[in-house]
Amino acid sequence: MSFLRRKLDELKRPFAKGQKWEKYAPAINAFDTFLFVPNHTTHTGAHIRDAVDLKRTMVTVIIALMPALIYGIYNTGYQYYTQTGEAFTFLDAFIHGSWKIVPMIIVSYVVGLTIEFIFAVYRGHEVNEGYLVTGLLIPMIMPVDIPLWMVAISVAFAVLIAKEAFGGTGMNILNPALTARAFAFFAYPTYMSGNKVWVSEASTIDGVSGETILGTLAAGGNVNYSFFEMFQGSIPGSIAETSALFVVIGALILIATGVGSWRIMIGSVLGAAFVGFLFNLWGANALMSFSWVNHLVVGGFAFGVVFMATDPVSAAQTNKGKWVYGILVGVFCILIRVFNPAYPEGVMLAILLMNVFAPTIDHYVVQGNISKRKKRWANALKTT
Amino acid sequence: MSAGIRIHRGATINLKGQSEKILSDASPSKTFALKPDNFFGTLPRLMVKEGEKIAEGAPVFHVKKDPRIVFVSPVSGLVKEVRRGAKRKILKIIIEKDEGEKLSHKIPAFKSLDKKSVTDILLKTGAWPFIKQRPYGVMADPDVIPKSIYISTYASAPLDVDFEFLLKNHKEDFQKGIDVLNFLVDDPVSLSVDATFSGFFQNIKGVDLLTIKGPHPAGNVSVQIHKNNPLNMDEKVWEVRPEDVVNIGKLFSSGQFSAQRTVAVAGESVLQPQYVKTTIGAQISSITDISGFDNTQQNRFINGDVLTGKAEASDGHLDFYNNLFTIIPEGNHYRMFGWLPFMDNKIPSLSKTSLSWLMGNQGYSVDTNMNGEERAFVVTGEMEKVFPMDIYPMQLLKACMAGDIEKMEALGIYEVIPEDFGLIDYANTSKIEAQEIIREGIELMIKEVG
Repeated sequence: MSFLRRKLDELKRPFAKGQKWEKYAPAINAFDTFLFVPNHTTHTGAHIRDAVDLKRTMVTVIIALMPALIYGIYNTGYQYYTQTGEAFTFLDAFIHGSWKIVPMIIVSYVVGLTIEFIFAVYRGHEVNEGYLVTGLLIPMIMPVDIPLWMVAISVAFAVLIAKEAFGGTGMNILNPALTARAFAFFAYPTYMSGNKVWVSEASTIDGVSGETILGTLAAGGNVNYSFFEMFQGSIPGSIAETSALFVVIGALILIATGVGSWRIMIGSVLGAAFVGFLFNLWGANALMSFSWVNHLVVGGFAFGVVFMATDPVSAAQTNKGKWVYGILVGVFCILIRVFNPAYPEGVMLAILLMNVFAPTIDHYVVQGNISKRKKRWANALKTT
Repeated sequence: MSAGIRIHRGATINLKGQSEKILSDASPSKTFALKPDNFFGTLPRLMVKEGEKIAEGAPVFHVKKDPRIVFVSPVSGLVKEVRRGAKRKILKIIIEKDEGEKLSHKIPAFKSLDKKSVTDILLKTGAWPFIKQRPYGVMADPDVIPKSIYISTYASAPLDVDFEFLLKNHKEDFQKGIDVLNFLVDDPVSLSVDATFSGFFQNIKGVDLLTIKGPHPAGNVSVQIHKNNPLNMDEKVWEVRPEDVVNIGKLFSSGQFSAQRTVAVAGESVLQPQYVKTTIGAQISSITDISGFDNTQQNRFINGDVLTGKAEASDGHLDFYNNLFTIIPEGNHYRMFGWLPFMDNKIPSLSKTSLSWLMGNQGYSVDTNMNGEERAFVVTGEMEKVFPMDIYPMQLLKACMAGDIEKMEALGIYEVIPEDFGLIDYANTSKIEAQEIIREGIELMIKEVG
């Protein structure tokens, strides 16, 4: 350890204050602080600090994403081999999936982090860890066969327009990962919907096709999957969102570590279940009578609610606001699914919509606190 | 008698090095110092020159805007140095002690006292600075009638003192101080005590006893005021620390300014953590001579507790108000992969990304490492968990950063002082310097609103 430390200190010398590469210090610092928690000590304020920092928080989210990602990689291979009819083992499926998905993750990180580093150097601040999560989320919510250059452009759009334009990590209005998906969805619709994009190689091999459950329903088809298949996730869909089971494991990690807001998650589930239940009662068409329980496990609902809606920057920030925000995400998700067949999946647009309204929700919650205080002042004036 | 206050949101951080209940005398201190920075919002005007000889209790400086409020020397001696910083700001007035004279004042018979005469005596003798005023935690304004006066003997900060022990030999003077303070308010003063305290405080007369239960920051007067009878626009509340009540009581018995200070020396670096009897502004070495400290490592010397105290050099002086002096190791070291969840669980953490909650039975070891770097606000909801007031702390911090006075006022800036954000400094993921932001916010309020 001390050898590595000495080497790093030596390497960092030209980046020190007043040296020739001073401007690029954030870049080398990002690598250094990845290896070591720095030796900085407190100088103002409290003399002792909690062990938690933003890196630890973000890494916890990445750990929570792992079960869904690993299952997603396996499911990519599983969907492919069951369609082609080849015999396969778990490993075959996993290798096929990795061969498709790992390059997407690499492209996402390289493009996104490059832009982040450039902005950090340009603005003279340290590289924020937020992109570690965003960069993994983006490939996880894309269809498997989307070309890598589209991933790259979506990432660039999301980081530049959704994040850096607003001032970087902590300042953005919209969730960057969902912005990337929304961009791809509207810019390249043929690669983002239909029955030729959800299964690996479906666009090149004739016999292979697969529509998502919500897509089938929206097109008026019948669903042939059991509840267990939908819950476990062996269904076509975006890479890592199909398995409600593994998303729930991630949710439990987020809730146990206190990193993800349980208020938002539970609120969303309640909102979606309630509206789904109302539609079940109405039952005018196949989409309406699709059981509210199934609504919770198909499509990106679970994944979106657990990993996207809970993004603390773009969600509501007050505890009361989180309930309202969560419930409305659930409500709008089912409304979009049922009433708008052009968008079979509603969770992406529901979350983006609520991202926009989150500050408004918080405004009213905080305003409630302010009115209470002002009323107290007025009462005090009256009595004196 | 008021009902008790029960605090739920907050955290008690159990550190190693709690002071034992032993009271020793400090070793003699050669010099004493007064630091204008101890009196928030005060611009000083010097009343002595370097090289001048002064008596104990003689004025050293006064508040520039209000010459009635004087700050007096805790000892007799020679004004050795007026240490100045940037822009000639006065940092310290150092007085070299000798066995000179002691100023005595004539105190009228207790029965003939009233608000005006008590105010005049406190001002004249230099005991007025013992009284601080909310909002903002500034020097009390002698011309206002406060809504109430708070005395908190519930100390909840890490390694904080036990006031029942600290005051046990001063019961008469404490009672006398309370009686004097009662001249200044219409209702009896509020005395906050630990709900588990026995005897001592229950027998104090002429107070509104407020029992407190719960984790830090339950001992902060802001929290107690907020829960008991919150501060409204244009109202003032005063605050006096328990030992200063004793000092006021002694003044009214003897006619002489009393600068008694009992300090608990605590923290992991201290060899024999204990209580030391000394005088306001004494040299740090005069108390560390008694308690000792581990000098094989670099240490941080803190006037006050680890959350809100001020760093001091080892050859520096005690501050004016604090009953606690903490010494902990510096933390200028690297930790490889220390940012991984569940790594280095010996560092106390309120976050559930650490198993430190399993390790705290014997008390935690802490140092001054930042444990990360400063980042933008990202995580939400964590500040509320350690902030028991009905105030939105993050929104208030953002309003202070933006300098939006109307918003700061509406969100409750009048009800807080920087120390209330000590736990937020400690606990927040992004390492935001919350106390600093609130301090700057309050300075802006004083400048713009007054």
